[in-house]
Amino acid sequence: MKISGAEILIECLKKEGVEVMFGYPGGVVIPIFHHIFNAPFKFILARHEQGAVHAADGYARASGKVGVALTTSGPGATNAVTGIATAYMDSVPLVVITGQVSTAMIGNDAFQEADTTGITRPVTKHNFLVQNVEELARIVKEAFFIASTGRPGPVVIDIPVDVSKAETKFVYPEEVKLRSYKPVYKGHPVQIEKACRLIETSKRPVIYAGGGVIASNAAAELAEFVKKTGIPITTTLMGLGAYPETDPLALKMLGMHGTFYANQAVHDSDLLIAVGARFDDRVTGNVSEFIPEAKVIHIDIDPASVSKSVQVDIPIVGDCKAVLHEMTKIVKPPQIQEWVDAILKMKKENPLTYGSDGTRIKPQYVVERIYELTKGDAVITTEVGQNQMWAAQFYQYTQPRSFISSGGLGTMGFGFPAAIGAQLARPDKRVIDIAGDGSIQMNIQELIVAVQHRLPIIIAILNNGFLGMVRQWQQLFFDKRYSHSCISFSPDFVKLAEAYGAVGIRVEKREEVDEAIRRALSETEKPVILDFHVDREENVYPIIPAGKSVKDMITRELV
Amino acid sequence: MRHVISVKVENKFGVLARVAGLFSARGYNIDSLTVSQTEQEDISVMTIVVRGDDRIIEQVKKQLNKLIDIIKVTDHNEFSAVQRELALVKVNAQPAKRTEVYQIAEIFRAEIVDISVKTMTLEVTGEPGRIDSFIELLRPYAIKEMIRTGRVSMGKE
Ligand SMILES: Cc1ncc(C[n+]2csc(CCOP(=O)(O)OP(=O)(O)O)c2C)c(N)n1
Repeated sequence: MKISGAEILIECLKKEGVEVMFGYPGGVVIPIFHHIFNAPFKFILARHEQGAVHAADGYARASGKVGVALTTSGPGATNAVTGIATAYMDSVPLVVITGQVSTAMIGNDAFQEADTTGITRPVTKHNFLVQNVEELARIVKEAFFIASTGRPGPVVIDIPVDVSKAETKFVYPEEVKLRSYKPVYKGHPVQIEKACRLIETSKRPVIYAGGGVIASNAAAELAEFVKKTGIPITTTLMGLGAYPETDPLALKMLGMHGTFYANQAVHDSDLLIAVGARFDDRVTGNVSEFIPEAKVIHIDIDPASVSKSVQVDIPIVGDCKAVLHEMTKIVKPPQIQEWVDAILKMKKENPLTYGSDGTRIKPQYVVERIYELTKGDAVITTEVGQNQMWAAQFYQYTQPRSFISSGGLGTMGFGFPAAIGAQLARPDKRVIDIAGDGSIQMNIQELIVAVQHRLPIIIAILNNGFLGMVRQWQQLFFDKRYSHSCISFSPDFVKLAEAYGAVGIRVEKREEVDEAIRRALSETEKPVILDFHVDREENVYPIIPAGKSVKDMITRELV
Repeated sequence: MRHVISVKVENKFGVLARVAGLFSARGYNIDSLTVSQTEQEDISVMTIVVRGDDRIIEQVKKQLNKLIDIIKVTDHNEFSAVQRELALVKVNAQPAKRTEVYQIAEIFRAEIVDISVKTMTLEVTGEPGRIDSFIELLRPYAIKEMIRTGRVSMGKE
């Protein structure tokens, strides 16, 4: 029996176990939507393609499954690009299906034509233009395989409308045969052995864990490794939740806005054990002053991440989960009591703090109260800016996949649509988007999606009337010339929430914070916007200016 | 340091763009790039000459290896591979100078592929270094136009 390309696509998605798909229709994908009409999975109609892709991304990050989005050609596909690039930078498994004009029209500047494979090439792990219906099933199978294996990433499948309409027999390939793509999972035993010997003789080791630990579901293995070796551990922004921050050995985040003690410990270390982390410049600052005395062990599934910016002494290419498991089996604990004591002392003496004056609400206080009142059990998504850094600093992450944020690309407008995806992936959890008044306006149109699907997402706006992070840099590094960073001209967020059919609560006094959060948490069927009017010129500290090093760290006390 | 990187790729459309894009996106400079068929219909080979320090070359190779359609990446140096290039050189050669040009061509076993009242066009193949010397020797005669194919490289057994 022959079926159409559109039906084949749906059959493939079923075989891949897709439960929810996000997207937006248009001319060339109507044949696909025709069959989505009664497909057995959920389809979430976003209100902008960028929202659809971020939602699929949030779903993937919260669930560990592949996120799926569908858009039309031309403007639909170009609107999706920011979402795709965001997922690419953070290694999130996504399959994004875009419609394309018919094969006969490609290259003719046809109506709503864009060179989607060309445009998305630099921001995808791989992409496909399907040229005939016979290859469609194989391509979908390969796309899911490529997206979810090795270092995960987004894959685009561009499907011309005539391919969707053409018919053929449906055969879903049993397995993927790609002679050129073979991710390595097991670390090399000799390298593992060498790494363990180095660890055993180290005096001042620190573990630096990144998003790779979460992507490979290696949190339990990491915990075992820390337990056996007793080595202190810091995580990147993407690694938050990879190791419980409530543990004494946890040093929280390092880097530009990392804790004093994480940065100092890494700087003073004689051995840095990088696990699924890629030495981003937000972590290293000035590379030449980053770790003057440390040897480096680097565990990563992506060989290209090894020795890219920091020279590595012992590379171990493989999956964090498998490698940590092997290492824990053979490593002997190093003698580092003195080092650990010194770090614990440093940690006690230099906690993250913020000032408090009168009744003005400090943004950090809001984050802390969210942590307390949710007992640390929520899934937090963030926008980008100060809100993101405070969310990273003042909430204690204890579970993987409980912190979802655009790390690599730093995409404003990510957090809320991602929260929609996360809430669909985790109906059992409270999902809270910690937002800035600037960022939330970048994808606020998705609010109606949350209302429509009765998702009780809380949007906690830390409303400072500024593009706060920009203002902070202008204050510290550009003579306080607040050029176009003031956005006090904003909509009434409470009325806006109400217009969408959500709940809106304005909070102007410190003593109202708890009640507002409780009120929001009691809502189980509707999204809630909490509009916290916070201290307008509060800054994120510590801060290591871009390209500088630990010795240039500006702490609150120094200002 | 100049490296000659030989890359076996799936013979599919878009692969060249992927490879070229990788270089441009990361700011690596390509000296030359050739793409051609191999003994296997579904495999093409790209010979890429790229300059950079060890770290850059290492990254180039790793990033190439990451591309899904790339089957094998090999770093060829002059001892491990046979390398050839072809050049066409058009020189201003008034009749009085022709014998001299002809002699140079002879030494390099270059062929004269076109001749006009004022010019001669020569074709030379060989190791890239040899082609460099050939061109140097022709320079005094005023080179009007010159084109090189970029090198191809095959590993020795
Ligand atoms: C799409 C996009 N545009 C611009 C930026 C640059 N940028 C980074 S932080 C920031 C300010 C964010 O302001 P807001 O959302 O109000 O958050 P706050 O810093 O005040 O918490 C800007 C403009 C960005 N990250 N993303």
